Amino acid sequence: MSMPFYVSPEQVMKDRADYARKGIARGRSLVALEFADGIALVAENPSGTLHKISEIYDRIGFAGVGKYNEFEMLKIAGIRHADVRGYSYSREDVTARALANGYAQTLGQVFTHEMKPYEVEILVAQVGEQDSEPNEMFHILYDGTVMDEHGFTVLGGQAEAITDALKADYVAGLDLGAAVRLGVKALGSPDSREISADQLEVAVLDRNRPRRKFRRIEDDEVAGLLSAG
Amino acid sequence: MIEQPLPLFAPGTDPGPSFFELLRRTSPAALPGAHLPAVNLSAGGVGGGVVDAPHGTTIVCIKYADGVVMAGDRRATEGYTIASRRMDKVSQCDHWSAMAISGAAGPGMEIVRLLQTELEHYEKVEGEPLSLEGKANKLSQMIRANLPAAMQGMVVVPLFCGYDLRKGEGRLYKYDVTGGKYEEADYATTGSGGVHARNWIKAGYRPGMPREEAVDLGLLALFQAADEDSATGGPDLVRHIFPTVAVVDRDGYVKMGEDDVERRSIELLQSGRSAL
Repeated sequence: MSMPFYVSPEQVMKDRADYARKGIARGRSLVALEFADGIALVAENPSGTLHKISEIYDRIGFAGVGKYNEFEMLKIAGIRHADVRGYSYSREDVTARALANGYAQTLGQVFTHEMKPYEVEILVAQVGEQDSEPNEMFHILYDGTVMDEHGFTVLGGQAEAITDALKADYVAGLDLGAAVRLGVKALGSPDSREISADQLEVAVLDRNRPRRKFRRIEDDEVAGLLSAG
Repeated sequence: MIEQPLPLFAPGTDPGPSFFELLRRTSPAALPGAHLPAVNLSAGGVGGGVVDAPHGTTIVCIKYADGVVMAGDRRATEGYTIASRRMDKVSQCDHWSAMAISGAAGPGMEIVRLLQTELEHYEKVEGEPLSLEGKANKLSQMIRANLPAAMQGMVVVPLFCGYDLRKGEGRLYKYDVTGGKYEEADYATTGSGGVHARNWIKAGYRPGMPREEAVDLGLLALFQAADEDSATGGPDLVRHIFPTVAVVDRDGYVKMGEDDVERRSIELLQSGRSAL
């Protein structure tokens, strides 16, 4: 009878984290920036139908990078969580914080107990209804780590380089066009590429919209914003 | 606060894009009609007394050249008592559809809320909205699920309408208590004053009429219904209460402002066209 080799817990966790990070690094990155009217989400995504950015609830948006089927499943779980909560309590009782905690628990659970961790990084963003109410951005990693971000945040394998590019130029209170141009420039900065509108997926959570704050910005409008700069 | 775990499902039990199915799996007690007491609510039985839940009354829906007009009176009754003077029976379902309820107010409003969530849920999960026919069928299933409650007197009979973007026209549907769905080509009415409203619309309707005429016809029909039926609320000039009117066309759902409805109602009453 053969005995399994002993592997230390540190080694197991390190191997899983490496595996997840490698999977995430294979995909393109995504940035989220606070701007004058809310939060802009800008992703590099050549597909026009398989979305990385989605609407969850009135004020809440979702973005994911990494393995599509995994963050798509998390997106649907988030929509279900939000709609059940809003239906059984009230629309105001659906919050990004509760949803982010739910995601953190699920990802943490899978990371420690399952064979294979999720190869995803996700963002839960909530726009403040009034000017005085702050926006919230929760950046959640493959192992369930939650980070409460302000100003801007970057998801994906090239996060460090893109963050550096954003740090240099980001200021609070940008208009939509400036925010999108800055995000696109930052996404292309690690290997000095120009990214065209049809390679981008852009959406906003705009506090000036009536109830559902989420709006997708279609390719031609993105092209207009990019050329305006 | 204790966080609810995220709703995750094994492949065989996944509810798909339907919120109704999701609720059935995660919190069945939140569904309309769950935990019905085994008593006949409308004929009495609870403590031997008669329990009369508030009922909504007359609603109308008229197709015009570019869409559909939906209107309802404001009264809810509980037996011979007026339960509410300001009830709003016309509701937006999503960007391109609306429904109005008559019958038991409580279960009716519950179905409205469920359908609103269902349509938005589908749209978010699938990334595109249901077809208008799909929305109408969904409502049909919800009314059917309410059948046990209907057998105990909690009857809900709504009207549903919307703009069909694929066909490029407004469409409207009426329902029976078992969830039977009937598409109407021109107009529909239900509720206790529905017959009176229907006769008035029948006399004044012509296909392809402009929006303003359809709104006037709907308002006049409701005034007629209120004149003949004690459960339908008429224009209340003292409290400034007038019918609710909404329009759905290519650009989506728009509810007419209360001031606009009031002005138009008073003009119609003064014009002599109301035959009151």
